[in-house]
Amino acid sequence: MIVPIVELRKATKEYVNGSLRVTALRGIDLKIDPGEYAVIMGASGSGKSTLLNLLGCLDHLSTGDYLLGGENISMHTDNELSEIRSKCIGFIFQSYNLIPQLNVLENIEVPLFYQGVPESEARVKAEALAERMGLSDRLKHKPMELSGGQQQRVAIARSLVCDPILMLADEPTGNLDSKTGHEILELIDELNAEGKTIVMVTHDDEIAHRARRVIWFRDGEIISNDWNGAPKS
Amino acid sequence: MNSMRPERMVKLAFKNLSQYKLRAGLTMLGIIFGVCSVVAMLSVGEGANREIQEKIQRMGSQNILIKSVKAPTDDTAGSGNRSMVATYGLTYDDAASLSRYVPNLEASTPMKVLRFDVQYKARKMQTDVIATTPWFLRVQNYRMMRGRFLSSADMEFGTPVCVVGSRLARILFAGYDPIGKTLYIDRDAYTVVGVVGDIAQDELASDNELWLDGENQKVYIPLRTYMQKRGDLFTQWSEGGGVFEKIELHELILTIDEQDHVVRAVEAVRRVLKKSHKKEDYSILVPLELIRQARETRRLFNIVLGSIAAISLIVGGIGIMNIMLATVSERTREIGIRRALGATRRDIVFQFLMETLILSISGGVIGLVFGALIPMAITAATDVKTVLTFPAFAVAFSVSVTVSVVFGIYPARRAALMDPIEALRHE
Repeated sequence: MIVPIVELRKATKEYVNGSLRVTALRGIDLKIDPGEYAVIMGASGSGKSTLLNLLGCLDHLSTGDYLLGGENISMHTDNELSEIRSKCIGFIFQSYNLIPQLNVLENIEVPLFYQGVPESEARVKAEALAERMGLSDRLKHKPMELSGGQQQRVAIARSLVCDPILMLADEPTGNLDSKTGHEILELIDELNAEGKTIVMVTHDDEIAHRARRVIWFRDGEIISNDWNGAPKS
Repeated sequence: MNSMRPERMVKLAFKNLSQYKLRAGLTMLGIIFGVCSVVAMLSVGEGANREIQEKIQRMGSQNILIKSVKAPTDDTAGSGNRSMVATYGLTYDDAASLSRYVPNLEASTPMKVLRFDVQYKARKMQTDVIATTPWFLRVQNYRMMRGRFLSSADMEFGTPVCVVGSRLARILFAGYDPIGKTLYIDRDAYTVVGVVGDIAQDELASDNELWLDGENQKVYIPLRTYMQKRGDLFTQWSEGGGVFEKIELHELILTIDEQDHVVRAVEAVRRVLKKSHKKEDYSILVPLELIRQARETRRLFNIVLGSIAAISLIVGGIGIMNIMLATVSERTREIGIRRALGATRRDIVFQFLMETLILSISGGVIGLVFGALIPMAITAATDVKTVLTFPAFAVAFSVSVTVSVVFGIYPARRAALMDPIEALRHE
């Protein structure tokens, strides 16, 4: 039996916003198997960002369970979640979220240093990933000196550097022109083809068609959980 | 638990600080001023203290000094006009009864202090001539540089010998050995038997000549010798012209066996003198009391200095807190990113504390350098004595670093406790 990478059981998430109680997730069940490429869609406020934050261990569930790679992490402490983030999760953000004062290599290395990986070893890994992302001639550049596409490549390299079991992408092409966006999507496809499990949030139908599975959200509930099979045209 | 390596922390902190060079510099300025002013104040204070202590110590902490003075309401002298001789001050009887009634008395050193012309060959100068006893040397902690001091034989027979101060010897004898030479003191011939100097003065810097002048150019002669030659009467030049004055003893130094007994002895001295003197034609100086007063003054001084120093250090600390809060809120997003990438709260706290620490240590070191240079400059430019002490450095440095780190904790904790999701959304 395959152990799912992600398994949510009756997961709910409530926020208290002043006197207002907001329910972002209403008891959802979800399984994502290793090597899957799932796209989460829905209107803003539908709960998809909340889901992504929960999957990324940036937040706790209100009730229910979250099993990551078979391990129930619902009750983990902040420190334990930090460790899981650094070892198991790769984040790709819409606005890249690179650290402005660090150069390309240093940005890629950041997650490794929170694991206490020695500098020389981290350098080797970062250089290899930068090269793979086609950034070899930009290693010492600061993010400000790079194009959007290049910045996103740095971010992808950074998300890969710890060899995560789950990659989370939040509108990774949202800030890019269609051509560059397309290249980034190709890169993500490539990673998926290599076996990476990918969960991506997007607004864009076209992007959704690339994925083999689309999860639709509305008002904190999953309304459709389809296997796409082959991309529709 | 995963955690960042310390050397990486330090590197990262330097990298982050180098992003804000001007800001880091300005923040450090607060600490530099704080540390610098603390060190400078402490060393000026310590210098003043040492100087006072030295002067008092030279008078001897076991001594009680009694001086003859004109009583404030003395109308027998001058204006009274009946008697041409003004008689006042300590008497031989006083010395005798003090010797009898003051407890724990070890030595009683009578002195006549006279202003005379002294002459060697053609060289002549006016100076203080002190007629006293052989034990004066020990009581005053003076040191013989050459020859001997007055002896008990001199005392017994009233031999015409004298001992000269080191500076006087330099001036009058100009390079010749003064021992065995004849010195005329107000036309009486005395043979020089020794040169006296005192340790404390030799240690003083040569630019302190004024002080040296007074002390090291006196002439000491046996009291008996002077008595046989001149007696107790002498002419004093005052505003009304020359008047005859009769003073038996100008000064009397009572030496008590232990410091602890001095206070009791002083009470006895006051009692004895009050009984035999109608007017207060004497003054009592107790170096030990002066030392106590100096200590008390110093304590107050230290409290004042300490408060000023504390304020400047706290201001420096607040500066740090201010800047770190600004830095933290400016870098909210970076904090979110780092948290998402696996940084624990502790990692974030340490990251910002490390920056604070580097700022405060480098500011502290620069402050110490300036704090050492300023007192040196003060001493070089003026006569004010300053003393740099290790405790001053240690206190200024450690307090400033501690204060900054304490003030750095709040911003660092604030950074660490941020919700990573919120932080990531921060623009």
